[in-house]
Amino acid sequence: MSYVKSRFRHPEQKKNAVGFVKSDYEGALSTLCAGCGHDSISAAIVQACYELSIEPHRVAKLSGIGCSSKTPTYFLGNSHGFNSVHGRMPSITTGANLANRDLIYIGVSGDGDTASIGLGQFCHVMRRNLNMTYIVMNNGCYGLTKGQDSATADYGSVNKAGSENPFPAIDLAELAITLGATFVARSFSGDKTQLIPLLKAALSHRGFAFLDVISPCVTFNNNKGSTKSYDYVRQHIEATSALDFVPEAEEITVEYEEGSSTTVELHDGSLLALRKLSPGWDPTDRNAAMNQMDKAKREGKILTGLLYAETSSRDLHDVLATVDQPLNSLTQEKLCPGSAALEGINSSFR
Amino acid sequence: MIHARRVNDMVIRFANVNGTGSASANELFARAIFRMGIPISSKNIFPSNIQGLPTWFEIRVNDKGYVGRREAIDLIVGVNPQTYARDVASIRPGGYFVYDNTKRLHPDLIREDIRYIGIPMMKLCMDNYEVPRHQQLFKNIVYVGALSVLLNVDLEVVRQLIREMFSKNEKLVPPNFKALELGATYARNNFEYPLDIHVERREATGDQIMIDGNTATALGAIYAGATVAAWYPITPSTSVVNAFEKYCKKLRTDPATGKKRYAIVQAEDELAAIGMVIGANWNGARAFTSTSGAGVSLMTEFLGLAYFAEIPLVLVNVQRGGPSTGMPTRTQQSDILLCAYASHGDTKHVLLFPSSPAEAFELTATAFDLAERLQTPVIVMSDLDLGMNQHLSPPLTWDDARVYDRGKVLSREDLEEMKEFGRYLDVDGDGICYRTLPGTHPTKGAFFTRGTSRDEYARYTEDGPAYVRNVNRLQKKWETAKQLVPEPKLFQSANRSRCGLVWFGTTGYAALEAIDLLESEGVYLDVMQIRAFPFNDTVARFFATHQEVFVVEQNRDGQFRSLLINELNLAPQQVLSVLHYDGMPIPADTIVAQVKDHLARIGIPDTPSQKLSVG
Repeated sequence: MSYVKSRFRHPEQKKNAVGFVKSDYEGALSTLCAGCGHDSISAAIVQACYELSIEPHRVAKLSGIGCSSKTPTYFLGNSHGFNSVHGRMPSITTGANLANRDLIYIGVSGDGDTASIGLGQFCHVMRRNLNMTYIVMNNGCYGLTKGQDSATADYGSVNKAGSENPFPAIDLAELAITLGATFVARSFSGDKTQLIPLLKAALSHRGFAFLDVISPCVTFNNNKGSTKSYDYVRQHIEATSALDFVPEAEEITVEYEEGSSTTVELHDGSLLALRKLSPGWDPTDRNAAMNQMDKAKREGKILTGLLYAETSSRDLHDVLATVDQPLNSLTQEKLCPGSAALEGINSSFR
Repeated sequence: MIHARRVNDMVIRFANVNGTGSASANELFARAIFRMGIPISSKNIFPSNIQGLPTWFEIRVNDKGYVGRREAIDLIVGVNPQTYARDVASIRPGGYFVYDNTKRLHPDLIREDIRYIGIPMMKLCMDNYEVPRHQQLFKNIVYVGALSVLLNVDLEVVRQLIREMFSKNEKLVPPNFKALELGATYARNNFEYPLDIHVERREATGDQIMIDGNTATALGAIYAGATVAAWYPITPSTSVVNAFEKYCKKLRTDPATGKKRYAIVQAEDELAAIGMVIGANWNGARAFTSTSGAGVSLMTEFLGLAYFAEIPLVLVNVQRGGPSTGMPTRTQQSDILLCAYASHGDTKHVLLFPSSPAEAFELTATAFDLAERLQTPVIVMSDLDLGMNQHLSPPLTWDDARVYDRGKVLSREDLEEMKEFGRYLDVDGDGICYRTLPGTHPTKGAFFTRGTSRDEYARYTEDGPAYVRNVNRLQKKWETAKQLVPEPKLFQSANRSRCGLVWFGTTGYAALEAIDLLESEGVYLDVMQIRAFPFNDTVARFFATHQEVFVVEQNRDGQFRSLLINELNLAPQQVLSVLHYDGMPIPADTIVAQVKDHLARIGIPDTPSQKLSVG
């Protein structure tokens, strides 16, 4: 593996609309295993932010503990990051968002971090519809402690040591739809043509966007019998549709066949165009999404793509009716009621 | 038996059933005495229950201003037959038992050395009110009326308080007046009044207020500019956030849009609550949470993160009886060591110890400045007695010239001018480094916050020397903190005794009375109130210049004593514990008795020429 990141930049790198080249969105050299799915997801995040022309300092990236939670070091090096404690990224992100509603929040977590130790916070951050993108890099195992089964490991999946997982899996995407997440998608680290538009849509969504990205662990869970191996996922994947992300300023130029396509308009005016739709599926219908996922599961398939989107929901700031100006920028003058008001309060206690 | 006439010096206790509306009637009675210019304190002794279990309310009236708890009860209003036996037994000889004689008192409850005043509270209500709920509620006002006559409380003051209480629902005023008069008339017609213990108007309260510590704490947070509060319900801290919300609605609603300049989130648990507070502070908002001991236990992992990653936060710990669920509705100061060293690894936290509502206000506001200056958690160590009881307190004060200390935060312009930014570079040599907030600058100042070891540029490292440099710098910051935390308060201009006495927090009410009691018996001690941890040089000097020092605290293990011995490297035999931990606030007599026990062994200090006045 490399241990020094090349500083070479192609002199003709293309600048995006806000004047940054793609390498401005990169981070430090990854210390994950060669071939780790997580690195592909990091690369997709870099690509999505570059293409969306997000100024890097407008993003805050937060994570918990585990291999996945290390990745924020490896993308968006010009953004503030916070690698917190195990399973608690949602609460940190909630507080950060309450303080400054104007930034874009990317939370990165793993299946251990989310489905086990952090399951409670994961559920509650969805209930509150916090405006953030929550990515689970899902490999079905605890990589950093050498391969124990996680709570998303499928029933019967065989781990590297050869034992079958005796417990049913927690399906995080299903849980997200049930608990009120307003944008839910599943993808595969090896499918960047699907992952990048999904990431762009999630980042453009106002409210809680959840992305469950299956991301094989090459070292501990890529063996025969594992349902999270590259081979298994490739063989069993089925997409709800093909995707194109269309930014607000652009028009859809491609014509799609009637009845087999639809568009989801996101809060900022951008569109997610869905082609080759699965029959009988409507991305804005919660029940249809659940049925479709259930059906795929019964057929032994891994359903990927956009699963559900509700684009006109109220986020936590709407519910709390906070002022438009970020709370962290309110001045003492706006916050401190002063001594005259205090004298009035004193009088009420005499 | 000859009964001495006692004016403005008594303890009255109400024995009620929880959930019957007695609390507001009892508070009404207490406030009426306060409005007559007489210093009082009140203690709500309540069960962990919503309805049905016994509850007591105690008022101490003392025009010398001693408002700590006193154990000898002069008069009990008994309206809960469940506790009659216990109530009757707790009255001092010569005291009174005022009870509802609608039913006859059992002969076993008759003591020869106390006096009985029977008032047919229930009968008066049955005869005058039809709705059962009213019969129940107005019974409380009936005894307030009777007691006002017996103890010489000005009924017009009581009526005025009732008018204020129902200013938004005026139709409730006449039936309350009627109940008040029913009780008063019965007392006038059937007893000699006032009793030999009673109150008389004074001008002894000045501009003081009667307020609970949790409200004062919440107001401190508002005045300090806190915008985010995340919390999880727990007795006795719940009313901190309740009060924060109540006053934010009034003081922090944008007049033009009706939108809020604050955000309050009831979290899913204490872990999430403090997590949100860390996230908000990391992002530059002043944020706090409040909890009690059990909550602090859950928050310890995050406290370690905030300490190590150097993120400001304010945590209000309204302590209750521990360990575990302990006595959730009783008071203690038993989270000292938990909070001082919360979390694994080498951690220590700044603690502030308010002793009154005015100090709760002041120290909470100070906590936000300290947290941001030091980039570390600051824990406000309140307790149930301070938090939930109404205390006589100096008025809350705010200096309009005071400017928030937001600490070392770099602006976009600062970053533009800087050659090099390293989040953990000790540029000023005080152990406190410069931080940046997310979103400040497009290309400069971004860094990675982490709970793992890191170098001066916030890069992950497992390099031993880099780790040592970092934790040694944190130790240097701790030394800086000693210069910044509130000074202890010394009650003498110079030492005058071989022995000292140290107190902190709500122990002060009783400690100051105990000092006067001891002086009246010829025992003179030097006194120090400690208001913060880490202990600074003034604290160290007090121990260095006294042979023996009593440390008064409300826990079993002498936790504060341990902290002093450990941090100041004191000889254990020099530091003598005065302890009280039954869940009730410490009484002065307990302190006097334990100090005298120690002195019997170590010898009474010489009488100094200069006397101390603490009152």
